[in-house]
Amino acid sequence: MQTSAHELDTRGGGLRAALAFGVLAVLLGGLVYPIAGTLLGGWTFPAQAGGSLVSVDGRQVGSALVAQPFSAPGYFQPRPSAAGYNPTAAAGSNYAPSNPALRERMAADAAAIAERDGITLATVPVELISASGGGLDPHLSPAGARVQAARIARARGIDEAAVLALIDAHVERAWLGVFGAPRVNVLLLNLALDQRASGH
Amino acid sequence: MTATLLTYLIAIAAAVPLGWWLARVLSTAPMPGEALFAAIERPLYVALGVDPARGMTWQAYARAFVLSNLVLGAFVYALLLFQGMLPLNPDGIPGMSWDLALHTMVSFLTNTNQQHYSGQAQLSYLSQLAGIVTLQVVTPMMGLAIAAAMLRALVGGRNAAAAREGDPRDVGNYYSDVIRLTLRAFLPLALVLSLLLTAQGVPSTFAGAAPATPLDSGAGMTEQVIPIGPVAPMVAVKQLGTNGGGWYGPNSAVPLENPTPLSNLLQTVAIILLPIAAVFMVGGLTGRRRLALMIFASMLLMSVGLTALAIFAEQAPNAASLGLAEVAANMEGKEVRFGSESSALWAALTTQTSNGSVNAMHDSLNPLAGMAAISGMLINAIWGGVGCGLVNFFVYVLLAVFLSGLMIGRTPELFGRKLEVHEMRLISLLVILQPLLLLGLSAFTLAAPTLTGNSNPGFHGVSQVFYEYTSAFANNGSGFEGLGDATSWWNLSCVAVLLVGRYAGLLIPLAVAGSLSSKRVAPSTRASLNVEGPVFAATLLAVIVLMTLLCFLPVFALGPIAEQLSLAR
Repeated sequence: MQTSAHELDTRGGGLRAALAFGVLAVLLGGLVYPIAGTLLGGWTFPAQAGGSLVSVDGRQVGSALVAQPFSAPGYFQPRPSAAGYNPTAAAGSNYAPSNPALRERMAADAAAIAERDGITLATVPVELISASGGGLDPHLSPAGARVQAARIARARGIDEAAVLALIDAHVERAWLGVFGAPRVNVLLLNLALDQRASGH
Repeated sequence: MTATLLTYLIAIAAAVPLGWWLARVLSTAPMPGEALFAAIERPLYVALGVDPARGMTWQAYARAFVLSNLVLGAFVYALLLFQGMLPLNPDGIPGMSWDLALHTMVSFLTNTNQQHYSGQAQLSYLSQLAGIVTLQVVTPMMGLAIAAAMLRALVGGRNAAAAREGDPRDVGNYYSDVIRLTLRAFLPLALVLSLLLTAQGVPSTFAGAAPATPLDSGAGMTEQVIPIGPVAPMVAVKQLGTNGGGWYGPNSAVPLENPTPLSNLLQTVAIILLPIAAVFMVGGLTGRRRLALMIFASMLLMSVGLTALAIFAEQAPNAASLGLAEVAANMEGKEVRFGSESSALWAALTTQTSNGSVNAMHDSLNPLAGMAAISGMLINAIWGGVGCGLVNFFVYVLLAVFLSGLMIGRTPELFGRKLEVHEMRLISLLVILQPLLLLGLSAFTLAAPTLTGNSNPGFHGVSQVFYEYTSAFANNGSGFEGLGDATSWWNLSCVAVLLVGRYAGLLIPLAVAGSLSSKRVAPSTRASLNVEGPVFAATLLAVIVLMTLLCFLPVFALGPIAEQLSLAR
């Protein structure tokens, strides 16, 4: 049988080629690539590759990239989570704007926040009553943190100005001032509050 | 606005050289790094028993595509069914039910990544890597290979100069195309992106989940398990290959999967990078640069239009929050670090390209942004899936050529080859499949409330069902995720839609191009239809809008438009 480049293949390589291709695809695409990629990332950026875990006095308290629940009045409180802050059940609310259940939830949250921080409904930052996409958003907008400053200052018996200064020091800006939005990390901010209290 | 403009500019600036590179990869001439690549590839061809230099007829090319898909499909299906007794399963995850395994396999084999299983909790590490990631790497390159074969056929095949009318044409070697595209373009890109994403905080480790003790012990959570793993390599291929299926359930909305505005920019650019590069590849592959420019301009116009609609709609507050908070853009289902604009941009691009990854929950989008997302999937040729987008675009081109031919009273022809009954019959069949399946199945599912699985009441419920089928047919994979779709009905009906969307969508245009390829070429005259100019582009856009959108206007009226009106106060 002639196999010159001018003689066209009319079979398409046949079953053997397809079977061998399947095996190679799994080996190269499914094993070599992800293993190489994972090892490369792990060697180059070990802290980030490990999940950005945060430790205090040798105790792992969470990840800077995962929201966790706070309820004490002396802590900044995160956005609502449709997943109960459980990373293994991450989810959004998936409520449509027209769903009455969304209105009910927002109304309850807004009332609670207005009461908690002594502000009017019209000044509640909207992300505080909006569930995040994965239920794990670790950030608040700077405004979402500032409205909590007075309550935290009161609970901790410190100056509100000190809390506001701490927030300002923790603001991460939009990248190049253009991409994304300014934000503060709730866990890191709360750790800073604790450290300030213990005089570190 | 600036962020959106810059994202487009960065993606286009990167896509131009990448398109040139893809065309080089798909030609047989030596290219930079030839010795290294050839050394890696040679043993692969030996294992396959394939001579990479030997061209295939379009029928052989299609057969190789189908056969390699059957083999991979059977393997992954068995893997999902029996993962419970296979290794690399530390959490003792059981095998999937037959219908869920079938849906999951077909969904990834068709480059869709629609997920009816819940997160990573139903996949073992072996299934995740050998099954899912394998398909996420090869299926986009298979789509691109089919697009390359179709383009070669449209200009008469690689043997056009020597062949006579009616001779079989050389549309390339399927295995050589897929292997070269994977090793010389896709995997190097994916490795770079994976590393950049890890630098931003995307986990990249084989260590197990990390237990943590939350700071405020009074908040009711005594332990928080931080799930990590080899996330970054998977996220890189899911973004680059218009796959979309993420490591975590809520996809790139999860901060571990998409930690910063920079990682979000990289992932957004990755969504459109290869689809745009494929357009520029057309120039190199067919020698018709003006054709590539016409395609690029048409797609860009539609892309910007739908993106603008999505961003505009999401600037408005969520109607449910009115009077309860400051008046600001909709943040339900969104992340603070991205903000509303970046999320709307992502929602628009991921549905235009058949990617389907999300960085915000589409169910919670304002109704008109949801409509922009559905529109992108219905057209499915605004950049489109890697390879498939181009193929779909050429279906519209052929339709527009046919209509223009009728209007100017000449036999319609593309690049001098006559478009006749046989070709138009095939195209009509393909064009009718989309409304038939989407409208038929949506109507049936909505008529049987036990099947529907709506999580949102009212008009949005119509949108939820229609979105799911539209996403399946477009091989997109995103969803209005509140839908209770983990049922046999949803699994099996979506399997049918997924298969038709992928295989009819790729093979029918290839057959049309194959049939055109061996026809006599009429010399180009002043009276020939010029498909590379703005007049034809305008006709083409009209055809796309009329064909796609008017077909589905009643559904829009019942779904997103009615929902939007019901929210107005």
